[in-house]
Amino acid sequence: MWTYNKMLQYPINIKCTDPRLAKVIISQYGGPDGELAASLRYLSQRFGMPDQNAKAILNDIGTEELAHLEMVGTIVHQLTKGASIKEIEKAGLSAYYTDHGVDVYPQAAAGFPFNAGVLACKGDPIANLQEDLGAEQKARATYEKLIDLCRDNPDVLDPLRYLREREIVHFQRFGEALRGVQDKLAEKKYYMNHNNNCGCN
Amino acid sequence: MSINQNRNCGCEEDNEMMCCNQMQDNERTVDCDERMEMAQQIRCLEFAITELALYLDTHPDDQKALCLHRKYCKEVKELKDKYQKVFGPLTINFPCNKWRWLEEPWPWERGNF
Repeated sequence: MWTYNKMLQYPINIKCTDPRLAKVIISQYGGPDGELAASLRYLSQRFGMPDQNAKAILNDIGTEELAHLEMVGTIVHQLTKGASIKEIEKAGLSAYYTDHGVDVYPQAAAGFPFNAGVLACKGDPIANLQEDLGAEQKARATYEKLIDLCRDNPDVLDPLRYLREREIVHFQRFGEALRGVQDKLAEKKYYMNHNNNCGCN
Repeated sequence: MSINQNRNCGCEEDNEMMCCNQMQDNERTVDCDERMEMAQQIRCLEFAITELALYLDTHPDDQKALCLHRKYCKEVKELKDKYQKVFGPLTINFPCNKWRWLEEPWPWERGNF
């Protein structure tokens, strides 16, 4: 269960619209390495974790990613709200505008809509945590590319830098959780029950 | 305006209840800086709590982290109670005499908190 907090995790106040930047930043909303994918990946994987630390870290990082999803949505919203049709056309957002106006829609920068195929829940805690380590690095790399593209806009750069730093902390915590799971699985021999046979009739 | 003016809802009177007060528009402008500052302090504490929580998930025996976590939780609780009484609710589980959840701006709106 979640409770909404009417406050952003990090403040965002973008004074001037700039739909060109919104066009690329939207990728961290609904793209393959975006915050929606991250939150759903972790919150879905947590059910299958073998130890308390891994369940907790997936739960708590998954929750923080939801706060980041709101931040990225806020950036896109503030960059597009009130933009003129000319600005939208010039930014190459005519196709987006046709389908979504200036709503915030989960899609990648290249235009394809959010795809749950990127969630990667493999039914294997080691594979899942390795995936999460990769996901955090890919998100960091994406933020670095966005920081390059937004270099002239300090209002946008500031929250992007914050979000990039969070990816690094999450990577660290997932690494620690992975070591914990590896130790636990090495403690005794596990027999995987592939048939999900719980004894119920 | 009396806070209790519209209280004919059948609720039991509870003066001790923590409620958001209503403010006049001029008070809001004056308090804008103070609000910004308090909001920022809350955000800082919430951030420290999140960061410590993630750390404690993988280092549950670290007493120093645990102690800091306890300290910040206490501080943010006091600050949030104070903030919400004056500037309106941050969550829907903060009781109000008037449904101020609708009045206060949303965080994604430009220039807000």
